[in-house]
Formats: sequence, C-alpha cells, structure tokens
Amino acid sequence: MKKYLVTIAAGAALCLTAGAAMAGPTLDLVKKNGFIRCGVNPSLIGFAATNDAGEYQGFDVDYCKAVASAVFNDPSKVKYTPLNAKERFTALQSGEIDMLARNSTWTMSRDTQMGIMFTGVNYYDGQGFMVRKSQNISSALELNGATVCVQTGTTTELNLADYFKANKMDYTLVAFENNTDVNNAYDAGRCDALTTDASGLYATRLALQKPDDHIVLPEIISKEPLGPVVRQGDDEWFGLVKWVGFALVNAEELGITKENVEQMKATALDDQAQLAKDPSYKAKGSPDAARLLGVDGTFGQSIGLGNDWAFNVIKQMGNYGEIFDRNIGAGSKLQIARGLNALWSKGGIQYAPPIR
Amino acid sequence: MAADGVAIGTGTGRAPRGSILNDPLFRSIIIQLLLAAALIAFVWWIAHNTIVNLRRLNIASGFDFLWERSGFDIGQTLIRYTQDSTYGRALLVGFLNTLLIAVLGIVFATIIGLILGIARLSRNWLVAKLATVYVEVIRNIPVLLQLLFWYKAVLSVLPNPKQGFILQGDVDPLSPFRWLLDKVGVTTGPSPLTFHMPTVALNNRGLLLPVPVPGPDFTATWIALGLAVIATAAIALWAHTRQRRTGAQFPTFRTGLALIVLVPLAIFLLTGSPLTFDAPVLKGFNFVGGVAIKPEFMALLLGLTLYTAAYIGEIVRAGILAVPWGQTEAAYALGLRRGVALRRVIIPQALRVIIPPLTSQYLNLTKNSSLAVAVGYPDLVSVFSGTTLNQTGQAVEIIFMTMLVYLAISLTTSLAMNIFNRRVALRER
Repeated sequence: MKKYLVTIAAGAALCLTAGAAMAGPTLDLVKKNGFIRCGVNPSLIGFAATNDAGEYQGFDVDYCKAVASAVFNDPSKVKYTPLNAKERFTALQSGEIDMLARNSTWTMSRDTQMGIMFTGVNYYDGQGFMVRKSQNISSALELNGATVCVQTGTTTELNLADYFKANKMDYTLVAFENNTDVNNAYDAGRCDALTTDASGLYATRLALQKPDDHIVLPEIISKEPLGPVVRQGDDEWFGLVKWVGFALVNAEELGITKENVEQMKATALDDQAQLAKDPSYKAKGSPDAARLLGVDGTFGQSIGLGNDWAFNVIKQMGNYGEIFDRNIGAGSKLQIARGLNALWSKGGIQYAPPIR
Repeated sequence: MAADGVAIGTGTGRAPRGSILNDPLFRSIIIQLLLAAALIAFVWWIAHNTIVNLRRLNIASGFDFLWERSGFDIGQTLIRYTQDSTYGRALLVGFLNTLLIAVLGIVFATIIGLILGIARLSRNWLVAKLATVYVEVIRNIPVLLQLLFWYKAVLSVLPNPKQGFILQGDVDPLSPFRWLLDKVGVTTGPSPLTFHMPTVALNNRGLLLPVPVPGPDFTATWIALGLAVIATAAIALWAHTRQRRTGAQFPTFRTGLALIVLVPLAIFLLTGSPLTFDAPVLKGFNFVGGVAIKPEFMALLLGLTLYTAAYIGEIVRAGILAVPWGQTEAAYALGLRRGVALRRVIIPQALRVIIPPLTSQYLNLTKNSSLAVAVGYPDLVSVFSGTTLNQTGQAVEIIFMTMLVYLAISLTTSLAMNIFNRRVALRER
C-alpha cells in the first residue's frame, strides 16, 4: 500500500494546495529545511542502493550529495525518498521532493507535458537485454517468441514494443512495478530475457543468484539519456542543479580532483595575487579553473550560492570521472566502461558548457 | 414536528406563534440548503484549485489522452490489444482483467467457503479442526503476503518450458489394466477406447491448454444441446406440477443431467466428432498456440480465493448456527431426510443471515484484486493507474477514473446482491 501513498499524497497536493503556496523558490525552501529532498531508486546497485549501514550510495545518490555540497557544503544534508518508476514524476510534480536523481530517461513528452525539466545528462545509456547463457543465443534478434520481464512505467516498456514490432518478432510481456520483482521473476525462470537500460543490466546481474550464468546481449535498442530532474517554474533551482552537473564535468576536463582541489584553488589565488602585483606575471593555473573554483568572477551568486559552490562540490564529491569510477566504473563491482560517458575530449560525448 | 409543518402548509395557523427562525421545517430547509451550498463550494474549490495548479505546473490535463496510441504491450488480454491500440482500450483491457479475476474469485471463494463453513460444523473431529486451523491461519496473514507466497510457490515448483510436464498423444484408458488383459490372454493391442489427447503442458510459463475448434458439422451438436436443455426444463415443470398435485417425486436432476450430457454426445459421435484442437506446441522459447493460464493469474486467483474463502466459511457457519435447532427438528418430524432438510429448510433461512456479510466479502475480493500488480498480473491498477499514468503523467484524471471504475463495479455487485437478498428475505404477510 505504501506505493499508493505517494500517488495519493501527490494527488491531494495537486487538489488542495491553494494557488500560490507552492510557487516559492525551491532554494529558499531547501535552505529553510536545512536539507535537500532527493528522490532516488530504491535498489539499483551502483546508482542508488543502501549499504550495510543503511545509507544510500551510488552514482545518482552522489548527484544529490553534490547539490547538497553546493548549497550547504555538506553532502550529508540530503533526505532520500526511494521511489519506483511509477511514483517518481508524481512525487516531483507535487513537491514531495526537490529533485529527482533516479536513472530517468529524458524524453520530449516528459520534458514538455509533465511539468518537469531535465537538468542535463549524467549518464548516456541505452536499452539492452540479458539472457541465460544456456539458451545459446548471441543476438537480440534471436528473441522471437521469448517471454520478457520488464518494469512498468518506463521508457523501456515502449522501446521493447517498438523493437519487437520493427523486427517482426513476437514476445510475451511480464511487467512488474518494482525492480526487485522483475529481477526475482527473471531469476526464477519466469522469463527468457530481462530488459532495461544497459547500466541497469550489469547492476541487476550482480544481484542474481549465479551472475555468471547470464550474459548481456550486444544490441542496444534505444537512446536513454539519464539525468536529474526538477520541477518546472523555478528557474533558479533548475539552473543550480544543472550547473552542479556541468561543474562536475568541467572539473574532470580541467583535471581538478577531490585530491588536488585545494591546491588548485591555492594556485589560482596565488596567481590572482601575483597578477595584481605584476600584470606581466605568467599564471600557473588555468583561467577556467579560477572561474570554476570561485577565485575569479561571481558565478556562484548568480545561482543564489556563494562563489565557492563548485569548490565545495569537488572537495566533497570529486569530479564527474571520480563519481563514475567509484560507483559504477573501474573502481566498482560493476566495472562499466566509460564508453559514451567519457569526456568529449577522450572519445565520449560528456560535454559541459564553459563557466564564464 | 409534523403538526407544525401541516399548520404552515394549510395556512390556518398563520397567526404568529413566534419567529419563523423557530420553525422546525424552515430551519431544516435552511440547514439543508447551507450544507448543499457548502458541499458544492468545496467541490468547486477542489476542482478549480486542481485545474489552476495543473496549468501553473504546466502539466497536461483533460481526457484526450484516452484516444492516443498507447505504445506499450500488455501480458494478458481478453480482447484484441496491441501497442497500436489506444490508452482507452488499455483501460478496457485492465478493467476486463480485473473483472475476470473478481468473477472467478467470487465463484471459487463461495464454493470453498461453503465447504469450509459446513466442515467447521462437522461432527468429524478431524475435519472440523482442520477447517478451524485453515480459517485461523489464512485469516490472520495479510493478503499481500499470501499473494507473494503463492507467486513464489507457483514459480519455484514449476520447471522451465523445456523440462515442463506434458500430457499428449494417444491415451488408452484401459492401459492400467493391460497386465490383467494380458494375463487372461486378451492381448489385442490398443483398446477401442483409445483417443488422441491434445497437448496439455504445465511449466513456469503457465498451464497451457488446447483450444477446441468446432468444425462445420458441430452445429448439430449445438442444436442437440439446446433441445436437451429445453426438454429438461419441460420435464422439471411437469415434475413440479405433478408433485404439487399428487406428491409423487421425479428424479429431475438425474434425468436432466443424462439428457444434457448423453444426447449431444451421441449426436457428436454420429456426425463424426467434428472437433479439432488448437494445441500448444513447443517452438523456440515457449509454447505457441492454445491458451495459457499464466502463473501471475494462478497466483492471484489462488491467493484471493483462499483468503476470501476463510471469511466466507465463517459467514456460512454463523448463518447455519443462526437457524434455531427447532427448525431442524421440525423438518425431521415432518419426515424430511437430512439432505432435503438442509436444502429446503436450513439453508434458505441461513441465507438471510449470510447474504449481507457475503456481499462485503465479494466487494473485498474485488478491491483486493488491485494487489495484482505485486505479482505482475495486468489488472486495472497495473495497466491503467500504473503504466498509463506513468506514460501520460496525468495522475489526477487517471486516479479519478480508476476510482470511478472500482466504485461502479462495487455498486453493481451490491445492487445484484441486494436484489438477491430481497428474494430470500423473510416476507411478512
């Protein structure tokens, strides 16, 4: 029943809230509350899942923490709301949460019809299939007649229908509301194949009884740009969440890490001081780093924060590459290659507009 | 009160007996009007706020989405539905799936409940105690847990399609006695009773059954069936009037059963068995053809039926106990046998007590079927206020419509049960 509560609460909020009550800027509310209310996946290893101590961890969770670091200089100032696919947008629309970081695909209808806005792409994903090795198939095109397990309320469900129709194949659908139910049903042999975003497949495989008995098929059947989401109508908050994401990518591009951020800032400050004394002084740090770290310009103020906003984010969370590696990349159990998510300068498509 | 009302109505008592504010009729009208106005204002306020908020949040609203292409598939559909169908049709599919589970659940729960109720009153100690244990265990575990248990149970017991159970080929009913036939020297090979069994398969994709496909000559069997039913009705009428006149009884039930089964069967065989089967065949991953009763459906039906049956059993027991023992004794004193006494005297009276709480159980079962989503059965909540809601994002409209549909199902059930209740109720003359 719990899952309906969110929907009902959301419905009630839409019906009962008087016109002006919810229009207040989110940042003011966040500051007043002293924490950010962040919607996350209840259990997707690597992206958002609880550890042994019951704390949320993962790639998406780190985005919540990054925003909290920007606002409060404290990544622990987050209140997590675990949401399944069905509840997530309603919870955001109704003001139950301030931002959603829950491997959600950016699509046009979501962006334009649901009163929500995607702040960017933190993970370029695509939908794939996982099957048992014992079935001896090597391509998704051999799945004709298969039973496929899927989570309801996802773009996955639509892509699946499109893909089988386009390739003139039949399939039987078994749809569940919760990720774990989908995985359990697949593990119990109810389905021949499981489909979700490729990143999710790797995470899911780890949670199966015998991960080595399953393989992920090579086909990627869709574009799934995943990213954080906020409500429409609060441009300041939208800008803040969007630029925290860009700051992480820019930091990686500039080689600023959790380790060296203090030193980089010191260098930038030193450069500034030297330049003030001697205009012909040759700066040791880059001007981009100086702007990102708040030494040059007042970019933080333009999104309602202090100028050290990005410095705090990097000091607490590291840059995009570090977040990727420790949660889902080389430094994690998932071992997902950077692929499309490498920086644009390294063969990927992660690209952030400059801070200037 | 009535006197005052009349006084005003007739106009004779116009003489001021005090302020009109003290007049009960006037006051009650004013209060009703105020209440109605407040209610309308409240509803208007809610509707207005909703519309304003939806517009301000830039969320699409209205019911146009019902005619848009859905783009998703549904695992089990009773009517034709593809990803090219509309959201409106998805609603219909979900509604029919809910209705299917509700109707079958009610039928089976009633049968099992009736047996349970009678078993709890059984003189056989073991039977009575077993029934008690069943009721106490099932009633006191949340139904959602039971559904999950049955789904797990169904899935973990059944093997995958390639290793599943299959029943097919030529079946000789005499084969268990072959050794005997051999012994007496009648070794004639397959007996004439051998028939071809269309494939029935059971695995973790479901129970796969063949679908009968009637040939062109099958019409004769239909006609025979129709005639047999009409004949049975005529015999029942004749037997009834004869019994009223003479008191002599006629075995209507057995005669009717024989007519309805044997006559169409004879015609069927005479016309050369014009019936083929669309049987399931293992092809690639799964069985193709036939009809599949899926594990999700089995688990949901099993869970809801067994849960509600425990409650119905208690209602039946209470109903039977509510009929005074004197009624049974009176029936025996008239010379009625046990079965007849139960059927003609006890149960009709017990029904008066049983029907009202039984109606609530039927409604409970229908509403509990919304837990289907937990076991992956595509019911109304799963398909419409689940998938459709998420794809369109129109929470307010969809939740509202879903509530209306449940309300309509429940009110219809109540109405039917109330009509039935009125028929069995004590008629005071």
